[in-house]
Amino acid sequence: MSNNPTILPKDAAAAEGKVNVQINGKWYRFPKGTRIADACNSVGVHVPCFCYHPKLSVAGSCRMCLVEQGMPPRLAPGATPTYGEDGYQPIQWMPRAVIACANTVAENMGIRTDAKLCNEARRGVLEFLLTNHPLDCPICDQAGECKLQEYTTDYGSGTHRFTEDKTKKGKNISIGPRVNLDQERCVLCRRCVRFMKEIVGEEVLGVVGRGTHNAIACYPGTSLDSNYSMNVVDICPVGAMTSKDFRFKMRVWFLKSTPTIDVNCGTGTNINIWTREQQVYRITPRQNDEVNSCWMPDSHRLNYKYINAPERLLTPLVKTDHGAPQRPSTWDATLNMVVEQLHSCAPTETAIICSARMTNEELYMVRALARQLGVTKIDIVPRKGENDGMLVSDDRNPNTNGAKLILGKNGSGLAAIRRGIKNNSIRFLIALGEDVTEEAGIEAEDLEALDYILAMSHSENATTKAADVVLPGVTFAEKYGTMINVAGRIQRLNKAIEPQGEARPDWDILRQLTELLGCDCPRVIACPSPMIILEEMAQEFEAMKGLTWGNIGNGGVVIMDTGVTIPLIEREKGKK
Amino acid sequence: MSDITYKPGKEPHPRETRRIFRNIDREGYDPSIKCFMKDGGYQTLKKCLKMEPADITNEVKKSGLRGRGGAGFPTGVKWTFIPKGNTKPVYLVCNCDESEPGTFKDRFIVHQDPHQLIEGMIIACYAVQAHYAVIYMREEFPEAAKIMQNALKEAEDKNFLGKNIQGSGFDLQIVLHRGAGAYICGEETGLINSIEGVRPYPRIKPPFFPAAIGLYGCPTIVNNVESLCQVRQVMMMGGEAYAAEGAQRSPGTRIIGVSGDVKRPGVYEIISGSITYGELLYDICGGPRIGRKFKAIIPGGASAKVMRCDEILKDRNPDGTVREMTIFDVPMDLDSIAKFGSMSGSGGVIVMDDTRSMPKVLNNLNRFFAWESCGQCSPCREGNPWMYKLSTRICEGKGSPEDVDLLKDVADNICGRTVCAFGEACSWPTQAFTTKFREEFLALTKPINALKPHSAETAEARKFLTRED
Repeated sequence: MSNNPTILPKDAAAAEGKVNVQINGKWYRFPKGTRIADACNSVGVHVPCFCYHPKLSVAGSCRMCLVEQGMPPRLAPGATPTYGEDGYQPIQWMPRAVIACANTVAENMGIRTDAKLCNEARRGVLEFLLTNHPLDCPICDQAGECKLQEYTTDYGSGTHRFTEDKTKKGKNISIGPRVNLDQERCVLCRRCVRFMKEIVGEEVLGVVGRGTHNAIACYPGTSLDSNYSMNVVDICPVGAMTSKDFRFKMRVWFLKSTPTIDVNCGTGTNINIWTREQQVYRITPRQNDEVNSCWMPDSHRLNYKYINAPERLLTPLVKTDHGAPQRPSTWDATLNMVVEQLHSCAPTETAIICSARMTNEELYMVRALARQLGVTKIDIVPRKGENDGMLVSDDRNPNTNGAKLILGKNGSGLAAIRRGIKNNSIRFLIALGEDVTEEAGIEAEDLEALDYILAMSHSENATTKAADVVLPGVTFAEKYGTMINVAGRIQRLNKAIEPQGEARPDWDILRQLTELLGCDCPRVIACPSPMIILEEMAQEFEAMKGLTWGNIGNGGVVIMDTGVTIPLIEREKGKK
Repeated sequence: MSDITYKPGKEPHPRETRRIFRNIDREGYDPSIKCFMKDGGYQTLKKCLKMEPADITNEVKKSGLRGRGGAGFPTGVKWTFIPKGNTKPVYLVCNCDESEPGTFKDRFIVHQDPHQLIEGMIIACYAVQAHYAVIYMREEFPEAAKIMQNALKEAEDKNFLGKNIQGSGFDLQIVLHRGAGAYICGEETGLINSIEGVRPYPRIKPPFFPAAIGLYGCPTIVNNVESLCQVRQVMMMGGEAYAAEGAQRSPGTRIIGVSGDVKRPGVYEIISGSITYGELLYDICGGPRIGRKFKAIIPGGASAKVMRCDEILKDRNPDGTVREMTIFDVPMDLDSIAKFGSMSGSGGVIVMDDTRSMPKVLNNLNRFFAWESCGQCSPCREGNPWMYKLSTRICEGKGSPEDVDLLKDVADNICGRTVCAFGEACSWPTQAFTTKFREEFLALTKPINALKPHSAETAEARKFLTRED
């Protein structure tokens, strides 16, 4: 690899703290201590694994990742090593295959993943795993994303030789409120056991029985009821652990996955939304070692039902007269009506309550609207909860930092707005993306006393019911945008499905409204997409300088130092 | 030794050399410390406590003593694997989980001469500077556990255990830990897990070599009962004297347990390599029972590969000529039998005569291994019951000739691909039996069986695959 012939590759690699490894005939350099499996996968050489998970301790028990390994011949005392023309020592291949997950790379090591030795070993292991497997793929939820299925097609043999009776174990066992277990499908990789022990710290799962009767089970008197229990469904390589929520709902190959982020708390857990025909079927965590590792809490994962719920607002609603019922309307008519109404609202008597659940782009448009109206009473609704010491942040708003940056608000002005509504100094309220009767603490009778309420929301709630005009916005699954998490990382939301009904992305509603109100600033009204708004913000805010939709990437970028850390990530880094 | 008398009918054979078994079945001998000390017990310990620990290790290394648990790893070398500059506590574990079928030597020691083991352990602990040691005793030795517990108490009362042993400044506590009846607990890392209170799944090596990362993550030396007694013997005799006796590469005495179809089965202590299998079986054990012929020998515990008695073995003389012999001409040391593809292992010789059906013998072994597989890794967990089901079917006459090849193939797929040595232990018998006694297996099979469903379950499943019309 080195151009200088006097320097041997081993010395060149050692200078970088690396070692030279030959994988399937090609030489690569890896840092010392890299696991063979990780090394192979990093250069595109696939090593099949059931039990190995990079975030868990090594079990080495599935024996699927057996590879052929070789080292330079051991030298006789006093002998000097010989080097070939390429500067490497010859490799002496070992007669026994080694597991790639537990062994680390070494200087001048040779790895072969396509040798006869490991092909036979893999075929043997797969045959064993299938002997007592029920082969019920047609009714198994994991089919399509099952490692056993994939490896069998990749490395298995086409026929089966096992004609005896299979070992019978428990099926369809409810081991927790959200997870079901099929012991017969299990390949006993014990990922779930290790996850509960090492990541969650609750030893709930264990193995019972001996030999072929080994089975995963909960310890007596316990159940898998942790808020992180559904991660075992994700890491289960086969269909042993299944999600009660997703069971039998949809074949995974029909689903489209969209990488985006979770909006249930300030952590901004990276997720994939799995959708089909504008319907969300499930959410799974997406690996981001700086945010959520490979995990996510069940509470957040299951909070997607509102996206396709009947409570969704599908058309603009207007009250033609005070006290009249709300009627559906068209967008143009509604917006024109709103503009007229807002013109008649005195700015000093108007308040805007917006949300830290909005994206940066939406908040930017909120600011433009407020400026256009001349409203200064504007704030977000803070949401505090308990930090669970894992991934759930005490800040239950996903974009508090964005609101702070763009609006300069953190919820401290909300009390004044509340007082203003109580003492009638505020008579007009614009509620954007918030049900103000909840965390904002405004009572329903106070709402009724207001002269005018404009609400923008994706679902029906107490505020929209009281509103004079309701503008249907969208949920996080239906829009693009960015948010800044508690640790100061800006991350992207991607649109997984189209807006439901006639709902429109919130930023677009706000932009149009601002334009209709008479704004002529091109930096507001000429924005055709959240991506362009982001570029506008990048010019205005120092923290966002140089940001574009593209360079944020799927992993996000840290743009501010908040001093807040995510406990689970800190623990994971501490382990290394 | 002439002053020692043994119980009637239990006298050692003249060709035996009783060292470790000196007090086994001895007239008037009981497991008490009084008896042991009257016979010179704990004198070696007193001598050792005055030595430097490293000198004891060197002495054991010099003796060439090899472990008696089955693998035959040099004991002294094992002790030196404790990492240099180690700051963690060192533990010593005595593996008294003697569960290899056909092996029954350690049970005599722990039942009849427990202080010999304790003295050996204290010496070994002193050599590796362990202050906490565990005797892991299998569940099937309830009586021995009581005897050992009592012996430990006696030793402590006499200050051979506890604080400042015999004024040497060396502290040691020995704890008796009972197993719960699992073969896999005899595997050293499984045993360590068992002591830690978790499932006795063997650990992966690397990185979990006990001498580096053992009990509670600390360096741990795991030695067999007989090995530890041999350590005492080495220190009694001196390393060089010990090494001078017996086979060059496996010196000292060996305890051989003979079971099966011989006139006088039992345990015999012999100088390693001093006699051949033939001499053992014919001279010491009295040959086959009347009217029968030896057919096969398993030379080192159930997991060793079986040897046919009529098999011609070819060995190379030092001058390069080929010498033909049978199993009866192979000397009884650790290495000679390995040249012919088997192993001397733990010294459990299982003998079968011509009345035995080899498929049935194998089926019995397969049943054992299928039940004792811990279930951690896939090949062993799923392969063992498969082999058992196959051999059962063959024995029941429901097998086809292909099943014999399949049986061997399943064994080949387990061997060398498992976490621990159980993979070899369970597959070697099948590999050897099906190869060496193939004709016996084939004789039980019928080609038509390949077409028949093997059980009600498969018959039921086939209903959906065939058309009735």
